Amino acid sequence: MILIELLQALLLLAGVGFFLVGTLGILRFPDVYTRIHALTKADNLGLGLIVFGLLLGADSVPVALKLLLVWGLALIASATAGYLVARAARRRGVRPWKARNWENG
Amino acid sequence: MTWLLEAVAVLLLVTLALGLIRIWRGPTIADRMLAAQLFGTTGVGLLLVLAELQQLPALRDVALVLALLAVMAVLAFVARVWRQESQDATEEGPRE
Repeated sequence: MILIELLQALLLLAGVGFFLVGTLGILRFPDVYTRIHALTKADNLGLGLIVFGLLLGADSVPVALKLLLVWGLALIASATAGYLVARAARRRGVRPWKARNWENG
Repeated sequence: MTWLLEAVAVLLLVTLALGLIRIWRGPTIADRMLAAQLFGTTGVGLLLVLAELQQLPALRDVALVLALLAVMAVLAFVARVWRQESQDATEEGPRE
């Protein structure tokens, strides 16, 4: 029993860590494309780890299934949104960030 | 176990607050939209944790609806807002 709680704590903290790193990426990355990269990692893995952490303490099967449903929805949502925003940015002519800009400035 | 869930909820709130900085400063409207989507996903995680913490199963349904609404917001943004703006601008995007 203590092992399950330990695993749960580990998963939850890892999920929060992914959310923190993803938010840091949203704040620190230079352009839209790299921010999409940070966002989808936080969405998929952060929420996934939190869901799996809560799954270990779920009371019944329907609750567990609902948790998995929320995660699946978030997976599809972030993949679709990331692709659509990247395509719209490219069509509008947003230039991808280049490393030499960083070296010069 | 409860203190851990509380700590997780507080940390998620902190990330929510940090994400607001990007919504405030974001150079383009797309950056604001991406930060808003991160806001939505973090909110979903927070609601799931709170449902477990406070023994309120209804919050899981709220999380489900919030996850759905977050993607609808991004879809509407890409399909409507950004496209209408780009029709006004000149089309000189890089083609490859």
